[in-house]
Amino acid sequence: MAWQSVPNPDDIIDVGKKKFSDFSKWFPVAVVVLLILLGLRSLIYSIGPDEVGVVQRFGKFIGLSSPGLHAKIPFGVDRVTPIKVEKVFKEEYGFKTIESGVNTRYSSGDYRNQSLMLTGDLNILDVRWIVQFKIKDPVKLLFATRRPEDNIRDISEVVMRRFVGNYSVDEVLTTKREEIDDLAQQEIQRILDIYNVGVHVITVKLLDVNPPETVKSAFNEVNEAKQEKEKMINQAWEAYNKVVPKARGTAEKTIREAEGYALDKINRAKGESERFLDTLKEYKKSPEITKKRIYLETLADVLPKAKEKYIIDSKQTSILPLLEINKKGGQQ
Amino acid sequence: MKGSRIIATIFVVLFIITIAIFASGTAYIINEGQQVVVTQFGRPVGNPIILAGMHFKLPFIQEAHYFEKRLLDWDGDPNQIPTRDKKYIWVDTTARWKIVDALKFLQSVGNEMAAQGRLDDIINSATRDVITGHLLVEAIRDSNRILESSSEGEDMIVTDEALERIEVGRKMLEGLILEKAKILAPQYGIEIIDMRIKRVNYVEDVRNKVYDRMIAERKRAAEKYRSEGQGKAAEIEGQVAKELKVITSEAYRQAQVLIGKADAEAISIYAGAYSQNPDFYSFMKTLETYKETIDATSTVILTTDSDYYKYLKSLNVSE
Repeated sequence: MAWQSVPNPDDIIDVGKKKFSDFSKWFPVAVVVLLILLGLRSLIYSIGPDEVGVVQRFGKFIGLSSPGLHAKIPFGVDRVTPIKVEKVFKEEYGFKTIESGVNTRYSSGDYRNQSLMLTGDLNILDVRWIVQFKIKDPVKLLFATRRPEDNIRDISEVVMRRFVGNYSVDEVLTTKREEIDDLAQQEIQRILDIYNVGVHVITVKLLDVNPPETVKSAFNEVNEAKQEKEKMINQAWEAYNKVVPKARGTAEKTIREAEGYALDKINRAKGESERFLDTLKEYKKSPEITKKRIYLETLADVLPKAKEKYIIDSKQTSILPLLEINKKGGQQ
Repeated sequence: MKGSRIIATIFVVLFIITIAIFASGTAYIINEGQQVVVTQFGRPVGNPIILAGMHFKLPFIQEAHYFEKRLLDWDGDPNQIPTRDKKYIWVDTTARWKIVDALKFLQSVGNEMAAQGRLDDIINSATRDVITGHLLVEAIRDSNRILESSSEGEDMIVTDEALERIEVGRKMLEGLILEKAKILAPQYGIEIIDMRIKRVNYVEDVRNKVYDRMIAERKRAAEKYRSEGQGKAAEIEGQVAKELKVITSEAYRQAQVLIGKADAEAISIYAGAYSQNPDFYSFMKTLETYKETIDATSTVILTTDSDYYKYLKSLNVSE
């Protein structure tokens, strides 16, 4: 009996009418609920722990809200802009970090427009640097300048280029880097304060400062020449150290030897003269006999050593014949 | 049930009215950092409104024109400008400006795009005027510090053009450009707040020449270091030679003095002793020499007159 349960069209219309009248009765309520739900969604907002909310009502700034949950008037009446006041922002000049981390990668793009600058002695350097800053006044940040980040970028470049223009190539490359960092930081801060940008410049740091690629090898050559100079000087000193101390030793030896000679000479003199004086003392006691004795003793000592001895009479005038005979005989 | 329906109806009606007010343009909102000039059929009505918040105007017939109240930037294209010393450089400037008179701004330039165009003209011509009137170094340096401290960097090799003393300097050039540009800005309701030289660079072919010059300068410096090294090495070598001579001659001198003194002393000692009896000395010394001179190769010839052999001939020599 399925057909019996089929309602006729009028019934269907009736049901529809009844339902519609129910709906029209509840329509305003539904709208209100919907609006309230929508309202609720835009009624509550939260501010992160490192943020400050800048609240505007009908566009007018009415106050700041601290981290946490807050209520506001919905439907675009109140508008809240959260500003990260704790975060340290970093701007890079002359290069771009693609991915920072353990192996930080840098963009290989061409930033020479930004990084090439003139030094005070009219040379060109490739200078890369960073600026770190924090937002110190969110109200100024939003309402005093239209593009705070452009101001920071522009002024960083203006100031860095001006200071690099005040120093020579060698100073920027080596000795005056920190001085430039400090001065640039103060000057950037000063100008941004005049603009009311509302940021605090924490630090300015020169990173890579290099001569342009084309002249790099010439710069390296100077460093090599410096090394070469040091090397040459060291080698010369090495030679010096090899020779001079040895010569000092030799000189010392010569002097010591002379001293030895002197001692020897004097001691000998002393010994000999003492010996003489002693003998003289005894000799004086009986000169005649002593003289004779010494003479005889000496001859007794000496004569036996001689190879040949000739004793000739004092009347003999020539001794030659005698010697010749002897010799001939000896040869035969 | 009835009460809630009424409340709901009121809500809906209020909501619709609010939307109607905004949609018809009766109420409008000015954000912080904005200002508005209201016009009626194109004619400005009253002073510019600079206070942020909700404001009202007549719907349909009045129109609100929004302008920036904040500091705006102007960044010009780099200009190729010759300096007074005929150096061609690219000068890139940047400026900060503000709409100070929104009404005049609306009447004279209309919108920001047009204003940027006017600023291009004003600032570029001011920049050109000032840069062409000064030397290149004036646009680079702020002071003559680099010239005064040149003694400290020993390998500083500087081109003559860089040694020009500056009288104005980059910072003051910026001031001059700003002063010039400022004069023309008020007619547009604009105030130029600040003006800075961002980049000064050589034009491409000059830059290559500068590179060549830098290379030449560095090579000169390198050569200087090398010859300094050679010079210093030679100096040390010379010092070695000199010190060797000094050391050996000094030692020789000292040795000679010592020897001389010792010889002298020995002489005086000998003389002191032997002069007491020269005869005995010559007797002793002569005998001593016999011992040393007569050896196995010697031939001795003595006469019977000699003291030694006199007894050989007769016993009573001494009468």
